[in-house]
Amino acid sequence: MKRFWLWFPLGLFLLFFGVVASGLIKPSSTTIKSRMVGKALPTFSLPAANEPQPGLGSATFGQGQPRLLNIFASWCIPCVAEAPILMKMAQQGVQIDGIAIRDRPQDLARFLARNGNPYKRIGSDIDSRVQLSLGSSGVPETFVIDGKGIIRYQHIGDIRPEDVPEIMAALKAAR
Amino acid sequence: MIAEAGHALLWIAAVLAILQFAFGGIGVLRNDREFMANTKPVAIAQGVAALLSFLVLIWLFLITDLSVKLVVSNSHSAKPLLYKFAGTWGNHEGSMLLWVMVLAISGGAVALLEKRLSDRTLSATLAAQALISFGFYAFLIFSSNPFERMPTVPLEGLGLNPLLQDPGLAFHPPTLYIGYVGISIAFSIAVGALITKEVDPAFARAMRPWVLGAWIFLTLGIVAGSYWAYYELGWGGWWFWDPVENASLMPWLAATALLHSVTVLATRDGLRAWTIMLAVVAFSMSMVGTFLVRSGILTSVHSFAVDPERGSFILALLTIYIGGALALFALRASSVKEGTQFELFSREGALVANNLLLSAILGIVFVGTLYPLAAEALTGEKLSVGPPYFNAASAPVAIILILIMAAGPLMKWRKDDWKVVGQRLAVPVLVMALALAAFAIMAPNIGILSFLGFVAAIGVGAASIAPLWKRNLRRTPLFTWGMVISHLGIAVAIIGMASEASFTKETLAAMNIGDTRSVGPYSVTLKDVKPVAGPNWTAVEAKLEVRRGDTLIEERPQARMFSSPVTATNEAAIRTHFDGQIYLVIGEEQPDGRWQIRMWWKPLVSLIWAGGIMVALGGLLALLGRIRRRSAVDLLVRKEALA
Repeated sequence: MKRFWLWFPLGLFLLFFGVVASGLIKPSSTTIKSRMVGKALPTFSLPAANEPQPGLGSATFGQGQPRLLNIFASWCIPCVAEAPILMKMAQQGVQIDGIAIRDRPQDLARFLARNGNPYKRIGSDIDSRVQLSLGSSGVPETFVIDGKGIIRYQHIGDIRPEDVPEIMAALKAAR
Repeated sequence: MIAEAGHALLWIAAVLAILQFAFGGIGVLRNDREFMANTKPVAIAQGVAALLSFLVLIWLFLITDLSVKLVVSNSHSAKPLLYKFAGTWGNHEGSMLLWVMVLAISGGAVALLEKRLSDRTLSATLAAQALISFGFYAFLIFSSNPFERMPTVPLEGLGLNPLLQDPGLAFHPPTLYIGYVGISIAFSIAVGALITKEVDPAFARAMRPWVLGAWIFLTLGIVAGSYWAYYELGWGGWWFWDPVENASLMPWLAATALLHSVTVLATRDGLRAWTIMLAVVAFSMSMVGTFLVRSGILTSVHSFAVDPERGSFILALLTIYIGGALALFALRASSVKEGTQFELFSREGALVANNLLLSAILGIVFVGTLYPLAAEALTGEKLSVGPPYFNAASAPVAIILILIMAAGPLMKWRKDDWKVVGQRLAVPVLVMALALAAFAIMAPNIGILSFLGFVAAIGVGAASIAPLWKRNLRRTPLFTWGMVISHLGIAVAIIGMASEASFTKETLAAMNIGDTRSVGPYSVTLKDVKPVAGPNWTAVEAKLEVRRGDTLIEERPQARMFSSPVTATNEAAIRTHFDGQIYLVIGEEQPDGRWQIRMWWKPLVSLIWAGGIMVALGGLLALLGRIRRRSAVDLLVRKEALA
């Protein structure tokens, strides 16, 4: 019996090893839903990412109109994929603001020149602090913020054409 | 040229580590005195080579050598000198070099200073330490080379993360690492003793000062890190149960348990196998923590995953070292003789309870940190574990633990009597009962955990001084003083935590110039908001008049904007008073021209860190006491030998 207990720690460690190794090998693709949905937007203020376009602060939100907050980056490939859809939504009159994650001005300018610029304002979140405070865990993600500044809806990953109706409905409900 | 010299030194240190392993190993296997003796100078040389390599990296940062990739990505010529210096370890590669350097220097220090271990166990210890160093040298050289050159020399570096541009960075990581990695000595001594089968009180007495030394630094490092997060992040919190924090807490919990069990082994020859186990676990937790933080596995939900190759590399090292040590334990521990038996109701019994409860908290933190990972592996679902779990699960265990901590030092070794202990505990119990009544009447609405925390801490505070009663204070040994002060420090820190949790007042206000708001006993008036500039930042600074009774002070919190890289940070204005801290943060300007000001009044919050420092100070006294007693004993032995 004592023999068994002496091997027990090694067994525990091997269990740890298994869990961790599987975590390392399998790249994560599933996502965490933000616990911020239903809560007020945290206060933040980000410098302009694409001068002379203005930067973004939480004061922009909660002014009576629902707005879309898009977390993106020039280095993010899915962001390229969702760019035309965002452009279309902007043309339909949706107010979209962006937070550029860990980005450089010149890269961002190139990205916007190539893929279009649907954003009213773009804030630069160089170390992801604002992103994390929003409860966002990856790029791209999109939030619907209602007219009172409450986060109403979170979309994780790039917006595909089939996601648009749900987001538009969320925007309508957030009025 | 300089960078190549640093790189070469790293290779030299790696080769010396192989040599050290070989000498020590052959010495132990063949019982060859000459090989054993030669292990020591090699270990010292290895420590020196690693130190020099690290100094070279510091030099490269100080002169901002932009031909070195690491300097380019983490420094900037316009940065203040202090942050050029501290920036050396404000990044992955540099901090790993610091890590390995502490490992190598620890080994060198053992070779130089350790006189109590038998030659065989010492050689086995140095061989084990060399094997660990070697793995991490390989990690640095092959996957995290700090001396890598740029293909072309850029005009300017990218700058250091402004959150790290704080004097705390100069002091916190080195302190933490000395503790975190210094505990490797306990690991190596345990492995060495398992190999030579010399697990006895002499071994425990040899290990104890090393554990104490590392534990002091670990304690200080955690306290400093907590204070840094408190004032630099501007959120007003002092502990976030973040994986990085947990990574430093877990080795501390194991080392604290080890510190107590090693005392049982040294004094009473009990808990042999358990002490070995804890020594292995303590440094294993350091390595696991390093892995969790560096592999990016816990933050892999973010799209900025760290190089997966690095994670696999460290995981492979972990498996070899921890798996190897645990397998050795499983094979050898049964041959370790049972220590002396003792009654359950005795000081040993209390220390065993302390060990079990500390291990339970360690388990809670470990599970909470890894649970998201395990859940994902099993169900594919992502989730996060936050403070509610950690607080709810660990606080009750911690409260039982500190109650035992109150009683333990008042019990006799081997066997004690309920009645006698009861008499010794009468006064602390009375104090605790008074505290219970006082809090129940005066503050009935605070949370149950804070309430129990207050009551238990006050009782422990009284009990921890009790060992000094009826003693001649001048003749009380220094290590007894150390224990008293450390235990008292825990009580002090818990009062701070409970007070912060239950009595903090927060006011979030949008203020025009001239407006006044109150928070706790203070009234705060916004006098002015104006831009200011520093060496590499600009800021808006609020001028706040803070009034309490007749005293008036001025505070100037800032919201800073750094130029390279572009980042905003908050410089909270924090003022400490004897009964608490006032903590002021300036937010952003609202469209109507008012400014957001966030104010906290945190009664007794500074006790958290003051208590932490007392804990470390107690450790220092205990260490000095042990060293002094040892030199006294050595002197006696020498005199007898002469006579």
